[in-house]
Amino acid sequence: MITMKRVRKTYPNGVQALNGMNIHIDKGEFVYVVGPSGAGKTTFIKLMIRELKPSEGLIQINGNNLGDLSDKQIPYLRRKIGVVFQDFKLFTKLSVYENIAFALEVIEEEPEQIKTKVMDVLDIVGLKSKARFNTSELSGGEKQRIAIARAIVNQPAILIADEPTGNLDPETAWSIMGTLEEINNRGTTIVMATHNSHIVNTLKKRVIAIENGKVVRDELGGSYGYQA
Amino acid sequence: MAIKRKTLTRHGREGFKNIRRNGWMSFASMSAVAIMLFVVGAFAFLIVNTNHLIDTIENDVEIRAFFEHDVDASEQESVLEEVESHDSVENVVYRDRDEGLDVFMESMGSDGEVFENLREENPLNDALIIQATDPQMTAAVAEEVNAQSAIESVEYGESILGQLFTVTNYVRILGGALVIGLIFTSVFLISNTIKLTILSRKDEIQIMKLVGATNSFVRFPFFIEGALIGLIGAIIPIAGLTVGYSYLYSFMYDQVPFFTFVEPNPMIWQISGLLLLVSILVGIFGSQMSVRKFLKV
Ligand SMILES: Nc1ncnc2c1ncn2[C@@H]1O[C@H](COP(=O)(O)OP(=O)(O)O)[C@@H](O)[C@H]1O
Ligand SMILES: [Mg+2]
Repeated sequence: MITMKRVRKTYPNGVQALNGMNIHIDKGEFVYVVGPSGAGKTTFIKLMIRELKPSEGLIQINGNNLGDLSDKQIPYLRRKIGVVFQDFKLFTKLSVYENIAFALEVIEEEPEQIKTKVMDVLDIVGLKSKARFNTSELSGGEKQRIAIARAIVNQPAILIADEPTGNLDPETAWSIMGTLEEINNRGTTIVMATHNSHIVNTLKKRVIAIENGKVVRDELGGSYGYQA
Repeated sequence: MAIKRKTLTRHGREGFKNIRRNGWMSFASMSAVAIMLFVVGAFAFLIVNTNHLIDTIENDVEIRAFFEHDVDASEQESVLEEVESHDSVENVVYRDRDEGLDVFMESMGSDGEVFENLREENPLNDALIIQATDPQMTAAVAEEVNAQSAIESVEYGESILGQLFTVTNYVRILGGALVIGLIFTSVFLISNTIKLTILSRKDEIQIMKLVGATNSFVRFPFFIEGALIGLIGAIIPIAGLTVGYSYLYSFMYDQVPFFTFVEPNPMIWQISGLLLLVSILVGIFGSQMSVRKFLKV
């Protein structure tokens, strides 16, 4: 489902963010990506949705070689991958409802379906009552939950979450984890970059640790392994 | 790939909403459009009227060709026919010396009657009054007619004409260049303003792309938005120019009897339509050019 081979990424300023990444994730897996800040987790995610191009190496998603995709095909790749961005990337001028609906408008969903689906995911993340709020009126944790709602609303094959519990209180964080588990149980592959040692150590999954742009540890049911 | 109707509806709605959401920026773009349209429109009216003035003067240009005194009627007739058949001649009227005297006396007003006693010994010549098809051909036609042995002399105010044509040609070329220059300047200014409004939405476009929007999906609402900015921005200048010109026209009509402006109808509608079209196109062009840069995500 997700394969990276000898992937390097050097930013224009010379920083080598990824330094020969090799990763393979199968369909239906739930994977934590851990590692110190600056290890390359976000860069790894950006490469998967082609927000960035690798400087070197091979990336395969759903059997598609990203290097072979034309610019015109990129949007269709992105629609199969739901992403919870570390900085949320919500439309600041739009309402909560409009933010989530956008992901469905893009795939030309039927208007009545849009309404139902948006309200459904808002229910899942527990923010149904804030549908008409402007996103600028939300707290950090609420924004995060909206970002999650948008990422899952069109039931992508892969859900990538960049520190999705980073701004949440433990209780909300756990409810979000419950949501992710549920989505995973429906067959969605989940890749979650995280700093939350408590979650990693409690809800045991495969753990991939990255340091200096390389995989240094990869174990099923592993632990966080860093001082939080 | 055909766009689905619901998507089209969505784009239209978004285009409208974006104008409201980006209130001040939209206002700035529309103001830029409005100001430029005022200037371009005013110049268009000026040029149309300058042309009209030139035409009026030019069309008054006539050649008077006087027959020799000893030429008989049949010879005059054959000269008339020959001139009539000339390619560059629009219109020929025969005016015998009697009529010539009438015209002369009339031009003298009430004092003219004293010349009535000249009628028996009329010193004037029978004449042909000729208009060339193109006023600029006047001199050439006059020369050819003058070459006829039956013609004693021709008159057409050659020196003034020569100067007039030099001036009018300059006015036309200069005016045309000015309008084209103005349109280019305004396209540049307007698209720059629109670019600023879109620059502030760079992040928005990036997000759209990252959640899977195609380029055309991102572009379309901006297309509508640009067209609307052009449309709305054009309303005030077009209304202002229309009212202003109509007022000026009737003012001139009442106050300056020897020259009237070009009638507002239908010229005003043609220019308004043209301004509207230019405005909408500039709006679309400006917005599309600006979006383009940010689509590379
Ligand atoms: N746009 C960028 N330009 C230059 N360097 C960057 C950019 N983004 C990230 N980096 C650098 O790349 C490295 C990896 O960053 P990142 O992938 O964000 O790590 P993480 O998400 O694990 O904290 C860091 O050293 C960071 O400073
Ligand atoms: Mg990061």
